[in-house]
Amino acid sequence: MQRGAEIVVRGAGVTYPGAATPTLQDLTLTIAPGEFLVVVGPSGCGKSTLLRTINRLIPLGAGSIAIDGTDIASLDPVALRRSIGYAIQAVGLFPHMRVGANVAIVPELLGWSRERIAARVDALLTLVHLDPKRYRDRFPRELSGGEAQRVGVARAIAGEPRVLLMDEPFGAVDAIVRSQLQAEMLLLVRELGTTTLFVTHDVDEALLLADRIVVVNRGRIEQIGTPLEVLANPVSPFVERLFHANDAVVELREKARELHHR
Amino acid sequence: MSYIIAHPERVLSLTGAHAAMVIAALVVALAIALPLGILSSRKPRLRPLLLGGLGAIYTIPSLALLALLVQLFGLGAAPIFVALVAYGQFMLVRNIDAGLRGVDPAMRDAAKGLGLSPRMQLLRVELPLALPVMVGGLRIAAIATIAIGTLAGYVGGGGLGVLIFDGLALHNTAMIVAGSLSVSLLAILVDGSLRWCERAVRTRLGG
Repeated sequence: MQRGAEIVVRGAGVTYPGAATPTLQDLTLTIAPGEFLVVVGPSGCGKSTLLRTINRLIPLGAGSIAIDGTDIASLDPVALRRSIGYAIQAVGLFPHMRVGANVAIVPELLGWSRERIAARVDALLTLVHLDPKRYRDRFPRELSGGEAQRVGVARAIAGEPRVLLMDEPFGAVDAIVRSQLQAEMLLLVRELGTTTLFVTHDVDEALLLADRIVVVNRGRIEQIGTPLEVLANPVSPFVERLFHANDAVVELREKARELHHR
Repeated sequence: MSYIIAHPERVLSLTGAHAAMVIAALVVALAIALPLGILSSRKPRLRPLLLGGLGAIYTIPSLALLALLVQLFGLGAAPIFVALVAYGQFMLVRNIDAGLRGVDPAMRDAAKGLGLSPRMQLLRVELPLALPVMVGGLRIAAIATIAIGTLAGYVGGGGLGVLIFDGLALHNTAMIVAGSLSVSLLAILVDGSLRWCERAVRTRLGG
């Protein structure tokens, strides 16, 4: 299957019209092909903005972003978005389209043949553990929260994207369903090899899913590192507090520190 | 009732003419209102001007507007047709605008993020989602058009108004009742079926 793309963000900055301070400031990072990068930070820190600059839903005010060496500013934004998977917290399934039609949107836009699309839809639904026969012709309103999130993921990867953007895709489901979806997500993306940028405010989710974690605060990167590194060596009081905020994490952190210094 | 029983073909043919006039006016009104409504939903600075202007037309008493239009177009179907199209604009544009602006921003975000072109966002996502509110506007406009359409009988435009105004002139109460009753029935029928449509599209959207 397709390999993930490399994403290089250089000095990215975004200032919303009329805002006194920039939402993103001088952000630089490289996401390796196939890497699962989780952006974590408090609400309003600019993490969603970062994600949305990559498919040009938000224009960069400064700096540049390149996917596999091509500056995205030189690409047609509509074509760029079709090549990038996109899943959001509100799920965003279109209520007037059946599950199958929702999943088929991007392949249709890409001009695939009808047979190829039908086969792809069934394969994707199976991949996210929904029986195509049962779910293909349902409307989104006939799905549970977890099922809808699964369809949202299936739709995001339908066009065989080399980059996947996910903005708190599991934010709207209960804890049990969420951990199930997280575990499946991990396997799925590993298997596909898609480069994934995943935004969350949930520290546990970040620790579970990430190859590397990017901690963002007030539009700047506080720290980038593997979950272990970030836990063991928080570079600032902010990062320490963020991961300390969760009691369950404290224990894990002690263990991580031990492991790291061994 | 006696007039309807005595002249069923006449009442039926006038009802048909009335319905045809209303449908033609609504089709033309929609063709104008759709681009205006889309424009209004996209350009917040233009919206008050547009809706204010159409609202102003709407507040002109229909008889006064019709008198003015007769001066311009003469007697017959033309002045009433223009009046009906003009009156419909306000309700149609307002609801198209409201329907489009009421679309969940997450839907717009998802559509754009998945790579739908602006045209496809409108045709495949925004308009279908705005449909219940738009049908609601069409229903109100249709009822008003049926009612105001009776004035056609006054200016030689035909339709069920003929029975009412001829009845008034001839002091023929049965004729007046036949006209009023038929217009009311037509209005109730159209209201009911468009309500049904509205509910059907709303259910389809899961609301």
